[in-house]
Amino acid sequence: MLVALLAVVIGATVFLGMGAVYYDIPRQMGREFRSYGANLVLVSSGGNSVLSLDDAKRAIALLPADKLVGASPFRFETMYYNRQGVTVVGADFTAVKKTSPYWQIQGEWPQKDDEILIGTDIAEHTRLYAGSFVTLDIVPPKGRKISKELRISGVVRTGGAEDGFVIMPMSGLEGIMGVPGTANVVEISIAASGEELSRFIEVLQAESQGITPRLVKRIAASETTVLSRLQVLVYLVTGIVLFLTMICVGTTMMTVVMERRGEIGLKKAIGAGNKVIIAEFMGESTILAFAGWLLGIISGYFFAQIVSMSVFSRGVEMPFVLVLLALVASFVVTLLASLIPVSMSTDVEPALVLRGE
Amino acid sequence: MNILKLNDVSMVYGSVRALQNVSFAVRPGEWVAIMGASGSGKTTMMNIVGCMNKATHGSVVLDGENLSRLNAGDLTAIRRDKIGLIFQQFYLISYLTAVENVMIAQYYHSVVDEKEAMQALERVGLAPRAKHLPHQLSGGEQQRLCIARALINYPRLILADEPTGNLDKANQNTVMDIFHQLHREGSTIIVVTHSPEVAAHAQRVLSLEFGRLVKDAPTQRLCA
Ligand SMILES: Nc1ncnc2c1ncn2[C@@H]1O[C@H](COP(=O)(O)OP(=O)(O)OP(=O)(O)O)[C@@H](O)[C@H]1O
Ligand SMILES: [Mg+2]
Repeated sequence: MLVALLAVVIGATVFLGMGAVYYDIPRQMGREFRSYGANLVLVSSGGNSVLSLDDAKRAIALLPADKLVGASPFRFETMYYNRQGVTVVGADFTAVKKTSPYWQIQGEWPQKDDEILIGTDIAEHTRLYAGSFVTLDIVPPKGRKISKELRISGVVRTGGAEDGFVIMPMSGLEGIMGVPGTANVVEISIAASGEELSRFIEVLQAESQGITPRLVKRIAASETTVLSRLQVLVYLVTGIVLFLTMICVGTTMMTVVMERRGEIGLKKAIGAGNKVIIAEFMGESTILAFAGWLLGIISGYFFAQIVSMSVFSRGVEMPFVLVLLALVASFVVTLLASLIPVSMSTDVEPALVLRGE
Repeated sequence: MNILKLNDVSMVYGSVRALQNVSFAVRPGEWVAIMGASGSGKTTMMNIVGCMNKATHGSVVLDGENLSRLNAGDLTAIRRDKIGLIFQQFYLISYLTAVENVMIAQYYHSVVDEKEAMQALERVGLAPRAKHLPHQLSGGEQQRLCIARALINYPRLILADEPTGNLDKANQNTVMDIFHQLHREGSTIIVVTHSPEVAAHAQRVLSLEFGRLVKDAPTQRLCA
């Protein structure tokens, strides 16, 4: 019976754990994918590569505010470090933290206009580190070379192109290069995918001026398929575990019935009918299901946290509906599993007690 | 009016003829012993009279009910209401105390009544051991417990298959004393036994041989 209880507990645990994660997957995965960066970018629609931030702002205003995770403009310029060309990016760090939360900073985010981040590749190459100063040369198309001493506040690692860039506050870059209020690209992270996202793009295309929206295809497309595949996986795992629980409970109950043949025969001999015997076993199954469920809630909660922590690095809530569903599931599984053993118990003949079996 | 009447009863298990054309009747209050060699069909007969098996042929009328016409549910009800069973192996439920083992028979019958169960234990001299589990009781005590359980619902008929088969002399006498007491109170008792000594307590002895009833005679009383 202890084995059966354990089986039910495990079944309920997996059911609740997987269920909680399942409920949370769309939400979690949405955020997760968003943290891989933008799923929509705005670029200039004219021949030039520069767009006006005012145009971009008007375009962004067309998107539903509650779905907008963040919008961050980037401006690319070239400067020189020891005569070597290096891409310097102007960025709005508050916006970057929203659209690209995966940026890992060693040191600190720039606070002032003359503070910069350097990509980890550059840091390795030049042996510069957070806290050191660096002089960058700017060669404007017309006029003299300017030199600017900047402080490295941190080293950034993204696994992407940023690792090879120097990144500084937009205002700082504007101060050096002039031409404020422009950007090369605005990255937008919006909590939408598939058709919804395409619809937003159509709206932007139709109603905004000076900018062209583009879908960041790779992530947006895979988001939906990964989601549905994960959900199928959860279904499968939960189904298999429940099935195994059922088999385990069933065989345990069967052993119990076999072991208690004498007792069942005796009870029948002293006047218990099949109904009473069935009721006794079903009562035990009910207790089993209930106890398994109760224990399963506790361990299922922790299981869900562990799974969610290791997969998504954040906890999950356990929806109340799920707890109720688990109760139904443990009852269905235990009662189904008890059907065969219980019908076996009705086959036990009272005559066996006189035979001394 | 007989409490039990077997008419031309046969029991066939495949090719084994465990009982062949057995007929006899038992009057209320009678104490009958059934004797016979091993395999002669004694337990088979008890199972039929005790409503646990149906005879393959013939009719059994118990307290006015024709058993061969009843279904399994009805037989269970008769077993519960009219019969007290005592076995050679003292079948007790190991995780229930003595008094609970008596009460479970009440439970299947109607309602539990601990006071009545205690009185039944008192009758067989087990009141002081009421809270003990079966394995804490001696063989004789276990058998007395079975008797208390068999008596709790005031059965019309007490069936005992080798009730003293696993008991020593002293315990056998205690059990026989209880049977005498029941007999005096008017219970009908059928006892299967190998022991002529036990059979001698009865008023009448039926002898089985190879499934046939070969002798039906009153006993000469050995003791008063
Ligand atoms: N369920 C059964 N299936 C087949 N044969 C059976 C069954 N029960 C009893 N028999 C056979 O019927 C015959 C009578 O058996 P029964 O148990 O009635 O004997 P018995 O007189 O009680 O013997 P013992 O003194 O050893 O208890 C035996 O040959 C036995 O093998
Ligand atoms: Mg026998």
